Amino acid sequence: MDLGYLILQVLVFPGLLFTAVAGLITSWVDRKVTARVQMRVGPPFLQPFYDVLKLMIKETCIPAGTARGLFLSAPLFGMAAAALASLLIWRAFLVPGQTFSGDIIVILYLLTIPAVSVILGSFASQNPLASLGGSREMKLLLAYELPFVLAILVPVIHTHSIRLFDLLAAAPAVYKPSGIIAFAVAIICMQAKLTLVPFDAPEAETELTGGAYVEYSGPPLGVFKLTRAMMLFTMPIFLVAIFCNGIAFDKGALPILLGVLKYLGLVVVVVLIRNTAPRLRIDQAVKFFWGPVTLAALVAVIAAFLGW
Amino acid sequence: MSFAVNMLTRSLNVFHLGGSACNNCDIEIIDTLTPRYDLERFGITLVGSVRHADVLLVTGVFNKKSAIRLKRVYQEAAKPVVVIAIGACACTGNMFQKSYNWDVPVDKYIPVDAYLPGCPPKPEAMIMAVVKLVKKLRGAK
Ligand code: SF4
Repeated sequence: MDLGYLILQVLVFPGLLFTAVAGLITSWVDRKVTARVQMRVGPPFLQPFYDVLKLMIKETCIPAGTARGLFLSAPLFGMAAAALASLLIWRAFLVPGQTFSGDIIVILYLLTIPAVSVILGSFASQNPLASLGGSREMKLLLAYELPFVLAILVPVIHTHSIRLFDLLAAAPAVYKPSGIIAFAVAIICMQAKLTLVPFDAPEAETELTGGAYVEYSGPPLGVFKLTRAMMLFTMPIFLVAIFCNGIAFDKGALPILLGVLKYLGLVVVVVLIRNTAPRLRIDQAVKFFWGPVTLAALVAVIAAFLGW
Repeated sequence: MSFAVNMLTRSLNVFHLGGSACNNCDIEIIDTLTPRYDLERFGITLVGSVRHADVLLVTGVFNKKSAIRLKRVYQEAAKPVVVIAIGACACTGNMFQKSYNWDVPVDKYIPVDAYLPGCPPKPEAMIMAVVKLVKKLRGAK
């Protein structure tokens, strides 16, 4: 495969550009469903695009005493990681033969980098509120990562493979009881990974005025917003791929439609959780993840070992 | 109409800067942002940090001490930013004009793009102010 084609894949389809556009459309779905839940009309279809483009024309304020390089580059790490994770998942859908063994582990690592970039950016900005947001983000990362990896382990045990393609070809994990428990755990962890209510303590507009993002303005803030939208697209796609066989592109139109519906259904579940749950304090969130959620994930792993 | 103005007027993030008034204007601003009026239809959302703001909604009376903060908050906002003085207090000083804790109207400290009198102005009036401001920014008559 030649280099130009590879670069095209990374930057356009199914990499950066595709993920960005799909992510912004997903964030419109999120805002529209939220509006309908609150009996409102909601924003127009292009609103997320306007929001990001507007930030691109605004001034970038760099507060005094900031670690300039880190402050400005942190958003880019997150965006690159989200785009790469999406690229790996979509390549497993589209060109199944060419994925490598262990890509699930690479994707798991890539999906943590957006959170790390938020932490770095918030600490670099030297703002007390941003530091609080960053430290909360860090605690949340430590809290949800363990149950999330345990939940991902369940389909891996079912299929005896750490290659995403093998998981797509095998029977979906949710057909077994252990898979159902693991799927529920993974959905809860996804909510925290996206820092949506009830796990939005890191940015808590009402108490931390935007938390980790408080000092960001203009294009860097736009990149952060774009990264959030891209994660809102990538995370549900990853879970659909791991637990429900993803989207099959080689069997005609109906399975594609079914796959997209699975994905949209999962997004709506995320949005409904975010609209019906109150925010947890950070200590409550950590206790919740290290207590009941990890326990449930462990039960699922043991059940998967026993073949249930 | 340039691309920048088009994007700015389609996605206005408002920041609420309350200047120790009777608090009624602040309550009306919150009312305007409720689902009943659904300002997200026009891309208007409330933000918590002044760095994210495109519109500053200034209410109340500023004295010599709080005016220093007013100027600082205005400087901290990422440009371009527009300012709306909400309520008779921010526009003129209202009934606090003869009071010891009033100095000069808001527009003597920072540039104001739109004045919205009323004590307090109704949510409908605030939406009208935003519509007029958007028209002004886009250069329409
Ligand atoms: S204009 Fe009237 S309602 Fe508004 S803050 Fe002043 S006194 Fe209160």
